[in-house]
Formats: sequence, C-alpha cells, structure tokens
Amino acid sequence: MANVLSSIGGWVTERAPGLMPMYRKHMTEYYAPKNFNLWYYFGSLAVLVLVNQIVTGIFLTMNYNPSAAGAFDSVQYIMRDVQWGWLIRYMHSTGASLFFVVVFLHMFRGIMYGSYKKPRELVWLLGMLIFLVLMAEAFMGYVLPWGNMSFWGAKVIISLFGTIPVIGSHLVDWIMGDFLPGDATLNRFFALHVIALPLVLLLLVVLHLAALHEVGSNNPDGVEIKKGPTGNRWSALAPADGIPFHPYYTVKDLFGVGFFLLVAAFIIFFAPTVGGWFLEHDNSIRANNLVTPSEIKPVWYFTSFYGIVRVMPAFLGTAVWGVLTMFGAIAVLFLFPWIDRGKVKSIRYRGTGFKVGLGVFVFAFIGLGSLGAGVTDKVFPQWFGDIDLAAWDNNFGRLMVVLYFGFFVFLWAYTHFGWEKTKPVPDRVTMHD
Amino acid sequence: MINRQIFMKRRPSVKYFFAAAGLALGLLAGSATVHAAEGHGGGLMPSGASVGDQASLQRGARLYFNYCVGCHSLKYMRYSRMANDLGLTKKEVMQNLNFTGAKFDGPVISSMPSALAARWFGKAPPDLSLEVSAKGADWLYTYLNTFYLDPHSPAGWNNLALPNAAMPFPLWELQGIQTAVMEPGRGHQVQKLMLSQPGQMTPAQYQQATRDLTSFLQYVSEPAALQRHRYGVWVLLFLALFTLLAYMLKKEYWKDVH
Repeated sequence: MANVLSSIGGWVTERAPGLMPMYRKHMTEYYAPKNFNLWYYFGSLAVLVLVNQIVTGIFLTMNYNPSAAGAFDSVQYIMRDVQWGWLIRYMHSTGASLFFVVVFLHMFRGIMYGSYKKPRELVWLLGMLIFLVLMAEAFMGYVLPWGNMSFWGAKVIISLFGTIPVIGSHLVDWIMGDFLPGDATLNRFFALHVIALPLVLLLLVVLHLAALHEVGSNNPDGVEIKKGPTGNRWSALAPADGIPFHPYYTVKDLFGVGFFLLVAAFIIFFAPTVGGWFLEHDNSIRANNLVTPSEIKPVWYFTSFYGIVRVMPAFLGTAVWGVLTMFGAIAVLFLFPWIDRGKVKSIRYRGTGFKVGLGVFVFAFIGLGSLGAGVTDKVFPQWFGDIDLAAWDNNFGRLMVVLYFGFFVFLWAYTHFGWEKTKPVPDRVTMHD
Repeated sequence: MINRQIFMKRRPSVKYFFAAAGLALGLLAGSATVHAAEGHGGGLMPSGASVGDQASLQRGARLYFNYCVGCHSLKYMRYSRMANDLGLTKKEVMQNLNFTGAKFDGPVISSMPSALAARWFGKAPPDLSLEVSAKGADWLYTYLNTFYLDPHSPAGWNNLALPNAAMPFPLWELQGIQTAVMEPGRGHQVQKLMLSQPGQMTPAQYQQATRDLTSFLQYVSEPAALQRHRYGVWVLLFLALFTLLAYMLKKEYWKDVH
C-alpha cells in the first residue's frame, strides 16, 4: 500500500514539479511564531466556516426554489421533507452568524496586536475587502428564505441608496429590478449569493493568505521573528522563534476546531434560533408587502452599522448623512494602518491611552449594536423609567458615533504627536505557558 | 537582555475584551428579561410547552383536530409524518384525526373554503403550521387563556394577547366564560379576567389542555426538533471526545516547544 501511494506521489511530482515546493512553502516550511495564543484560532476557524457555508450551501441550492412564489415553501420543504435538510439548513444559518463571530474576533486580534502595521498593510486591506464582501454575501443570503423580515429588511436596506441625491430613487429601482423587492430581486440576489460573491470571497481569501505568507505572521508580542536570530531544529536559515506551521499549528488548530464545533453543534441541535438572534421570529411569516413587522431590524451582525443610520439626523434637505456615516464607519477601518502611527505593535507594550481608547471603541461598537438591535428601546425604559425614548436613543446613539470616530481621531493624534508612552519591547517573543 | 518584569504582566488585552464582552452580555441579558415580559398588551404567561412529552403531543393533537382544524390548516404537516412522530398508527390517525378524507401522506388542509371564511370572519383563518415559530409558545398559550366576553366586539369575544381578535373563542365549553374586570378610573384598561361561568374543565385542567395544544403546535412548527434533540446529545459526546483527543495530540506534538 505504502509503495503504491509513494509511486503515485512520485508520478504526480514528476509531472507537477511545483506542487511539493508549494506545499512546503505554505505548510511544513512556513515558520510561524511559537507564541500564538487563544486569539490566533479565529483565522483558521474562519476558513472552516467558509468551507461549511460552501458545502451546506451547495446542498441547499439543490432543494431551494429561487422565486417569490416558491422560496418560502421550499425552505419548509427542506426543513421537513428533505432527508437531513433541517441539519444542512441549520448548519448554514448558524454558520452565517458564527462566521461574523470569528471574523469580528479575528479583526479585533489584528487591532490588539497591531497586525495591520508595516509590513502587513496589504494583509489588512485584503482582510477588510473580505469583510466587505462577506457583509454583502450575508445580506443577500438573508433575503433568500423570503420571510417577512427578509422582505422588509431588503426593502429598508436597499432604500438606503434612495437617500443619495438626484440618482437615489432610480438606483433603488435598478437594484431591485422592480418597485418593491420581488421575483427579480430574489433571482439576482440568488445569483450573487451562490456564485458571484463566493467566487470573489474565495479569491480574496487566497490573496489574504498569500500576502500573509509573504511577510510572515505577527504574534502577541508584536516582535518580528524574521529580524531575530536565525536557526532552529528544522532549518539553519529559519527564524529561531518560528515553528513549522504543519504539524505544530495544524494540530493546535485541530483542537480549536473541536472546541468550536462543540459550541456550534450545541447551537445547531439545541437552540438553532438563539432566541431570535440567529433566526428571527418574523421570518417564519411569508413575505407580505401589506404587513410590516412590528420592529424591522437586521440580524445582529449588522446592528452596529444599522444603529448609525438610525440616529444620524437629516440636514441640508437630505438624509444621506446616515448612509455616508455608516459607510464611513467601515471605510475608516481600511485606514487603520495609516491612522495608527505608533511603532510599537502589541497592546502588551503600548501606552494606556491606546488600551483605554480601544476599550471605548469596543464599547461604542457594542452600544451601537444594542441600539440597532432594538435592545436599548427595551432596557432604557426599564433602567430609567418614564423617559422620552426617541430622544434618549438618538442622544445615546450619537454619543456612540462620536466615540466610534473619536477613537480614530484620538489614535492618530496620540501616535502622531508622540504622546504615547510605550513600554520596552523585548528582542524575542515570549511564551506564557 | 530581556526584562523579565515585562513578561510577568498578564495580557491586559484579554481583560479589556472580557470587560467589554461582560458589558455586552449585560445589555443582552437585559433585553432577554424584557423580551419575556413584553407582550401584545401585557405580560405573557409562561407556557411550559415542550415537544419532548409524546403523551402531551397526542392530547394536543386530539384537541387540535377536534376544535381547530375545521378552520385552520397545517399545510406543511403531513398526516403520515405526524403519525410517525407521535407514535400513532396509520389506522388511529385516519379514523380519529383525519376528517376530510385526505390521503395519509397528504398535508393537513382544512375543509373550509378560505374565500367564504374571509367573508364570514372578515379575515380568512390563517394556516397555523408556523404559528409557534412566528409568535412563540408563550404567546400562543396566553392567547388561548385570555379570551373574555366583550359585548362591544363583533364576534362577542375579545382577547388580551390579540386585542380585537377576529376569532370567536372555540374552546369556551372547556374553559367556561371569562369576563373582564376593568381598572378603576383608568378608562378601558383590563385589570384582570374573572371566570364568571365555569366550563367542563377546572382551570388547572384547562391550563394543561392548552399547554398540550401549544406543545403540539410547537412540534408542528418544527418537527425536526424531535430529531435534533435525539441526535444532539450523541454529536456533542462525539465532539467532546474528538476535542479531548485533539488536545492530547497537540500536547504531545508541542512537548518540545519552549
């Protein structure tokens, strides 16, 4: 058996001499810093979820009917009559939410340890593009079940483009292909969701990894292992603090995968709707343009950005500012490498201002999310009694918007004018366990 | 020379993250408590519904097919699937639950023509296949328990969970007749409901009956829940073992990394 395998391997290698060198470059001879911590699981987990979405998505496509007349029924057909259809659908719906969980944590890791800084700006930019495409992908996927929240969510989000002066209303009709979300909208969203955006996403992931492997991974100390001493057990030229990605990080990530799957399986089998946070109650009602849900809100992962739109006032005769601010909130993330001018990468050795600022930023992001999800509408009256809720929501939300963008202004000034008091950075990476 | 002092400081970033996460969870928990208490004109009663009790599901099915199916279809539910999941034979289902002569493998469709029904009630009785998914078990249970006599309403009945409901109360023989006690001096706010004429069931029996009915409709909303619960435990056990083995493998490989 072993003989047969190795002779097949030899046959392939002879005809594709580039394969083994590529495998070595990216796996057995890709030297990653040995001090990765818990935060470094989320990159490989994002790849796992991407594969899950593609595989379960293929099987859903086999049974789903992309038409306004048939979509809702076909989802129930999948849930009831397709063998294991319920499992495939819950894996896909849970995977969508968990995708954002791991991507948010992955991005936060990058911010904490300064992984966007020189020489990794390209890695960050490609990652941000992935995030952008992922949001479009998730939005269009959310419309496909054609429940009432799908319909109204689509209507509200597409209508945002209507706030653009002059061309707005034409743009909305062009996107929907109709005057309301309908068959045309559903069909084009289906095409974009199952083929166009996944292709872009896969390409970007390949580029993201290629860019990363070109410069090498950052680590919790923010120390460049390539600038440290060379020579380890595997190679005299490799960084001394690097270990081969395979098998060290493959087995470590395997453990991460096991733990992640435990959490995912618990949700899939015992709480697939997560109390309306992953699958909303109003989406169990067929799309109906005559009945508005009592509360239109996007799924949790969009609520921070939606919160911005909710609180931004209209002035100069247009409501476009909310939309501009929302897109600005995403655009400003692209600029992280140039706004943060600090030389020290890791939060471990950065000044107190950075740590407090990052805490405020996270608070603003979650605060806006609570607002966008309608949580504040419920807890404010509970906490503060008889209040003018709309005014409280607006003031709270606008304060959060100021804090969100204020963080970037502060970060630029803090690092540009040299106000940051950093701690000495060690020469080599450190192991904590 | 490396300064040892620096490295003893445990990752502050983790602390910040947990502080922020704690705050977020606080907000979510706040919303969860409100969610339970929110309602359509008042608090919801906890239904205690569960799809795990097969006897309860069978009793709920019997109630549904005696009192509800005349008007409300379950178009996504097949008789055969129901028989299988509720532990009933084909004969039992076809004789006791199927009154329309539908095929055993066919869906549960009410015999009432919906165009006529819309004329009779002002609104065609909705299909209830996904009622619990859409509105929640507690809402349905509250709805079934808060009908009261209201001479001002066209149907003669009103409801606390769904004010001005179009449906006349079909279970009044079982529960009896409730009337509203108005809040003194606050206009038309209902303070509480009073059982002014007892029905065939005691209040406790009626609550159990509506709990059965709610459980049945919760099952109908998602028949796969039975499979989820059955397989879920084994999947989690397998994954726990897998994770343990992966952890041991990692430990073994990483022995020599310092």
